[in-house]
Amino acid sequence: MAETAVKTAKKESTFAFGKKERKLIGDPLNDNNPITVQVLGICSALAVTTLVKQAVVMSIAVVFVCGLANLAISLLRKSVPKQVRMIVQLVVIAFLVTIVELTLKALDYEVYKQLSVFIGLIITNCIIMGRLEAFAMANDPWRSFLDGIGNGLGYGAILIIVAVLREVFGKGQLLGWKIIGSEEAMIDTTGGFLGGYLNNNLMVLSASAMFIIAVLIWIHRSYNRKLVDIS
Amino acid sequence: MHSTGYILRFVLIMTTVVALVLALMSTALKPIHESNEAIYNKRAIISAIGNKLDKTVAEMSDEEVENIFKENITQKVIDVEGNFLSEEEVMDRGYKAGKAENVDMAKERKKDEADRIYPIYEYENGDENYAIISVRGSGLWDAIWGNIAIDEDMNTIVGASFDHQGETPGLGAEIKDNPKYALNFISKKIFDENGGYVSITSRKGGAVDPDHDVDGITGATVTADGVTKMMKKGVKRYLPYLKSNEK
Repeated sequence: MAETAVKTAKKESTFAFGKKERKLIGDPLNDNNPITVQVLGICSALAVTTLVKQAVVMSIAVVFVCGLANLAISLLRKSVPKQVRMIVQLVVIAFLVTIVELTLKALDYEVYKQLSVFIGLIITNCIIMGRLEAFAMANDPWRSFLDGIGNGLGYGAILIIVAVLREVFGKGQLLGWKIIGSEEAMIDTTGGFLGGYLNNNLMVLSASAMFIIAVLIWIHRSYNRKLVDIS
Repeated sequence: MHSTGYILRFVLIMTTVVALVLALMSTALKPIHESNEAIYNKRAIISAIGNKLDKTVAEMSDEEVENIFKENITQKVIDVEGNFLSEEEVMDRGYKAGKAENVDMAKERKKDEADRIYPIYEYENGDENYAIISVRGSGLWDAIWGNIAIDEDMNTIVGASFDHQGETPGLGAEIKDNPKYALNFISKKIFDENGGYVSITSRKGGAVDPDHDVDGITGATVTADGVTKMMKKGVKRYLPYLKSNEK
């Protein structure tokens, strides 16, 4: 009897998916979003959100790297010498990012070309390093893994929202499909404007991502009062 | 606290494992990377004659792109004097294979001007005969490059495609992202009526000379000037070829 109790208790602590674990995934999506609440990872959020496809690939890459880096560091946390822990974390992140880069280069060369340096720059994404230091070094592997996935998703969600807005209003398309009118139909031969929607070039520039993220933070804070009270 | 010996062992083992796995993966995927890159470059080359093809280049499968290269395109390489080079001679200049598609324009640009070699792709399909040439220059932030298709009179441009390393999206990057920019080059002339070399200018404020100007890009004057410089200097390299094939 006692033995089974120990067994279940142990099982629960390794692979359980209870309230606490759900919070690990849910928190970064809302109360503790890496972009809108912690304001981390802004650099890549500005750079890779002109097209939805790029943002989706980037999000998958960050979820992968963040989840596995957290898992790996959590597994190693007791054997990592404290003096070199930052270097060890960096090596793990760089290792995973290089795997992502090599894989993407083989799978979709065009997206690889478009994302160019920004895949490599995941190494310096402060969200990942931050989670390793703050969470994975002190928690068990399963929870750390969930925390990494959660933070990757929180980052990815904002990235995709921004990218959808920028692609629709900046290029009149979504995932490459034209959805709002063709520009040709709206301009007559002399260059006069006939009406309809003309692509907003500001949305293609990086600055627009700043505005969009700021507005997202505004919206987020106005429905989630908790965020206003804590700061 | 861990001992210094432990730290050294830990770091050594970790880096060895990481290096081994990555090296293995990189080697295993190298053939796929190389073929992806080759196809990517081929697509860029035939984009220059994109409006002459039945399908847009983006819709073509990799096989269709390869087929055009196999059936319609003759690859040639010239040196600065306009002499054609054999595959062996190209390989002697530091390339693994001797076709025009293997010539790396970025590498050539670092060489002395007299040592450079240039790729030419001669497209032939029924009555359509075009020569596609490659040019490379500098934009605002980094390199820009393009492929220019010239009609058989060796004067009229029938199409162009451009690409860049890191121009600003929405501004300089429009040379690639906005298909209208490259379309402006169609039916422009490289030479004036007397056969003097003029090439094409990407003019700020809009085209003036209908034969030799295209509209610049608002907010991207430096990139547009880079295109002008690239068109002036880059096409000039092919002058001996253009002059000797004139019809």
